[in-house]
Amino acid sequence: MTGERAQLGWAAATPLDYLTSHGAKADAIRPLTIGTVAISLAVIGIVALLLIVGLRRARTAPAPGSRLEVMRDEGGLSWLWIGVGLSSLVLLFSIVWTVAVLAEIASPSEKPALTVEITARQWWWQVRYLNDDPSRIFATANEIHIPVGRPVRFKLVGGDVIHSFWVPGLGGKTDLIPGQTNETWLEAREPGTYRGQCTEYCGLEHARMGLLVIAEPPAQFEAWRAHQLRSAAPASGEGAFAMRCGACHAVRGTTAAGMLGPDLSHFAQRRTLAAATLPNDGSHLESWLDDPQAIKPGNLMQKPELTGQERATIVAYLESLT
Amino acid sequence: MSATDFERAPSVARDNAALAERLRKLWETEPGVIGWLASVDHKEIGIRYIVTAFVFLILGGIEALVFRLQLSWSNVRLLTPEQYDQLFSTHGMTMIFLYAGPVLSGFSNYLWPLLFGARDMALPRLNALSYWLYLCAGLFLYAAFAAGFGPNDGWFNYVPYAARAYNGGPNIDFYSLGMILLGVSTTVGAINFVVTFLRMRAPGMSIDRVPILAWGTLTASAANIFAIPAVSLAFFLLWMDRNLGTHFFDGTGGPLLWQHLFWMFAHPWVYAIVLPAMGMVSDGLPVFCRKPLVGYTAVALGTVATMVLGFGVWVHHMFATGLPSISLSFFSAASIIIAVPSAIAVFAWLATIATGRPVVTTAFLFFASFIVLFAIGGVSGYMTGSLPVDWQLTDTYFVVAHLHYVLIGINVFPVAGALYFWFPKFTGRLLDERLGRWNFWTMFLGFNLGFFPMHISGLLGMPRRIYTYADGMGWDWLNLITTVGSFVFAVGVLLLIVNVVVSLKRGRIAGDNPWDAPTLEWSTASPPPPYNFAVIPTVASRHPLWEDRLGTPQKSFTEAGLVLEQGREAIGTDPLDAEPDIILKMPGDSLAPLMLALAGTALFAGLVAHWWWLVALAAVAAGAAIVGWLWPEAKLGEAVDA
Amino acid sequence: MPDRVALEGRFPVGAVDTRASGWWAMIFVVFTEGALFAYLLFSYYYLAVQPHLPGTFPEGGAPSWALAFPNTLILLASSAAVAAAQFGIEHDNKWRLVLGLGIATLLGIVFLVVQYFEWAEKPFGLSSTPYASLYFVITGFHMAHVVVGVIMLSMLTLWSWLGYFNRVRYAHIHIGALYWHFVDAVWLAVFFTFYVTPLLGLKA
Repeated sequence: MTGERAQLGWAAATPLDYLTSHGAKADAIRPLTIGTVAISLAVIGIVALLLIVGLRRARTAPAPGSRLEVMRDEGGLSWLWIGVGLSSLVLLFSIVWTVAVLAEIASPSEKPALTVEITARQWWWQVRYLNDDPSRIFATANEIHIPVGRPVRFKLVGGDVIHSFWVPGLGGKTDLIPGQTNETWLEAREPGTYRGQCTEYCGLEHARMGLLVIAEPPAQFEAWRAHQLRSAAPASGEGAFAMRCGACHAVRGTTAAGMLGPDLSHFAQRRTLAAATLPNDGSHLESWLDDPQAIKPGNLMQKPELTGQERATIVAYLESLT
Repeated sequence: MSATDFERAPSVARDNAALAERLRKLWETEPGVIGWLASVDHKEIGIRYIVTAFVFLILGGIEALVFRLQLSWSNVRLLTPEQYDQLFSTHGMTMIFLYAGPVLSGFSNYLWPLLFGARDMALPRLNALSYWLYLCAGLFLYAAFAAGFGPNDGWFNYVPYAARAYNGGPNIDFYSLGMILLGVSTTVGAINFVVTFLRMRAPGMSIDRVPILAWGTLTASAANIFAIPAVSLAFFLLWMDRNLGTHFFDGTGGPLLWQHLFWMFAHPWVYAIVLPAMGMVSDGLPVFCRKPLVGYTAVALGTVATMVLGFGVWVHHMFATGLPSISLSFFSAASIIIAVPSAIAVFAWLATIATGRPVVTTAFLFFASFIVLFAIGGVSGYMTGSLPVDWQLTDTYFVVAHLHYVLIGINVFPVAGALYFWFPKFTGRLLDERLGRWNFWTMFLGFNLGFFPMHISGLLGMPRRIYTYADGMGWDWLNLITTVGSFVFAVGVLLLIVNVVVSLKRGRIAGDNPWDAPTLEWSTASPPPPYNFAVIPTVASRHPLWEDRLGTPQKSFTEAGLVLEQGREAIGTDPLDAEPDIILKMPGDSLAPLMLALAGTALFAGLVAHWWWLVALAAVAAGAAIVGWLWPEAKLGEAVDA
Repeated sequence: MPDRVALEGRFPVGAVDTRASGWWAMIFVVFTEGALFAYLLFSYYYLAVQPHLPGTFPEGGAPSWALAFPNTLILLASSAAVAAAQFGIEHDNKWRLVLGLGIATLLGIVFLVVQYFEWAEKPFGLSSTPYASLYFVITGFHMAHVVVGVIMLSMLTLWSWLGYFNRVRYAHIHIGALYWHFVDAVWLAVFFTFYVTPLLGLKA
């Protein structure tokens, strides 16, 4: 399925691992993760070794009920002094290291290039690019474009239940909690597509609530942003879409202005469908429209019951939204 | 002498057959169903706790095996998301609340009075109530699950997903009320343990002579007394939000209020379900090492210190919730420091093995291997305590691996070892050692095969609580290995149960003290008579049965002591030095605890169904049972003889 | 620690003073119930400091002392009556015991009646706002404890009147009294939270 993976926009064999890092924040955390793993493995090794050494005098059991010698309560206390003393030193060292890393990642080294507001909903991500000029605010879904080498601030809003925003290659998790706005920042070192995932259990389709962060060179990012602000060109199928889909979905510059589902402006540019569940191509889009519940059971998009003709029209329309 | 004599000087005499016969008549439970339902014998209650907890362990295990099949490869569609969610939530609820806590209560219930040289727990009827409520709560929760209304928001049940708006069925109502009922059970049990520790120890068993198991259960119980109200309240407020339209969790701050209340309880609870198990190892392991535990005082104090610190680290479950980073740094440091008392215990066990001459039995294998599992569960906990690392680790399979090393490594393995160790005391027969080796190695290898790879799935980013995953994530093989390992582990647990069943009838006769162990439970018969000890032992050291070989200057007495035979009687001693200060009149068997538990359950059933008449009726019935229970009796020395 | 304990000597038999198991149990019941109220009040303060809480906090301004303050005195008086009853039985005075418990029971009932009027006066209901929910649930929890206490006191009054207790056998009285004093002490914490802290400026 390598082909499909490539289409979904990641190349790594383990797209969500956090042992590799691709940006300032994750870079700062990674040595601490690996360091604590190493300390942990060393501790396990030492404990196992001491146990095996302790077992050198082990013997098999005599007959039950027989009286055995008992050794006096002497010796061994030095084990406690040394063991606990050394452990405490390692623990104190870990605390200092932890606090140092914490200070390093508390805020980005330079002023964030932009602020993206993420609202997590069952089971997709609404993404809004904030701007002081309201006409330059636009919305998209499930895919976040950012400029390479510049920190980006994220305002995290809980749309319904609690979710958690996580792009392991770029940094740790922050929850999106209804009633409060959390903040985090991420920065990508090099261009690429980084997979993210909801990591707070949020109901039936928690498993299929992925997202992609697409880091691009600044010029390319600016071009993308400018393109997003454009309205959709009039196209055939616009009316059918507005009638059948417009209650929930919006397309910038058309009468489809629903707020319940993802904003589908410039939909054809997206790489995935249904929160990084399927590659975005005609055949997957058709099967999704045929029965979203078969693909992502429990998701809030009901089976649209389209005729074959309607479905073809709407697929063609969506594919025209570049 | 009349039952209402205000004071008496009991005689001191040797154990004899006439005395034993007289005591048996006084303490024996009536035969028949009514007698069985009315029994307040701590040994009977202890066994019931252990058996019930194992039934829940098996149920929780089957649930896990089903969803392990679902997760064994990407995109398996064996379960619907709703089925998966109920299964994993019920699995967590079962293992954490219906198995791990109660199984330890069972061992402590059975063992405490025997360890203490006492006739029973301080409050025998409360003990029975605690069991019946546990059973009723378990049945209540499982009745809901069987009807398709199991919990579906995980064991920590975060709001707002648990609120009516997102979770319309009765699932969360059952879970909330069942947890409150179970909380009452645990609370009354905890009060009983604490009072028993303070008042029921044999004369001379000063607090520096108490087995570590007692320290573990005491610490757990004291913590429960303070922690359980938090979760019971949280569940009650949630039930009110869902059913009566209150606004505790649906406005600003509500979601985190839930998390605070839940984790203020749940973190101490994690220690409550491991400290008594660590205590069992601290008492059992030295018997096979033929040497007293190294660093008794440090281990006892470490047990208490763990819990004191344990009340200050709940926020490490909330590191990603956007709390101010200053307070997070504090909780991060505290979560790392809490490893120090655990290190004390680990090095004490290692030193005991290294400076002793270990005798290898199945029980020893479980206890010794537990040390390594404890270390693995401990260091992964230390990693999650480091805040920036936790931001990556949390809610991935790394945490799943961690909590299973804690709950299986530090609860199931010691419990299995304890079963091999104390089964002969419970039944008079030894478990089979040959089958025991098969049992141990299957469990040990299966467990590590199944659960160690979860660390790696976690580091590779696999989130918790997902019902499936896409291919191309790099998790397939690891999950397949985990699934295979979990089935091997299940076979191991099955072998344990087979061994118990077979050995009940055919095991070798054990005798009073098959392991030549040092503590008081081994000084009485196996199984012990209903009155435990014919004469009350007098304790002069930590190892009453090893004194001749340890060269202890003062001698304990187990064959001669206080004679208490004028009704069901026990000796009360003062909390520190265990100087006798009262002859306690112990209650006889009673149906009041069962009645009260049934009334309580009916009340909660009424709340689920909104049958307010049933709620009222059950409240009156419960009140009547309590008044009847507490009615002052001359026989118990509560009222003047009229 | 002494190496040996003395087994010789006369010991009291049955449930006697603070050596009764029930007395120890009640101490820990008080601890766990105290913790319950601590968590309730924690919830109050936690929500009180949240920005943008729906409704006002406290709803309708700081609550009036008109009923609550005299009611506090009534509850304290009932604690004093129980203390007098305890003193009575320690000196083998059955009628002081019965009278003290009886008066305490009546004062407990008066407290409940006054609380009922305090509730009835509120312009908001249980499900109006977070504050309203906190108010009714926390005072409701306390009232439930008062109801249990009143039942307990009335049973103790009955048993005392029946002559069940004397100078040695009065553990039940001590145990019940401990609970009742606790219920009164908790009320002081509830009163402070609801009626005093808004005057000190705690509002959202």
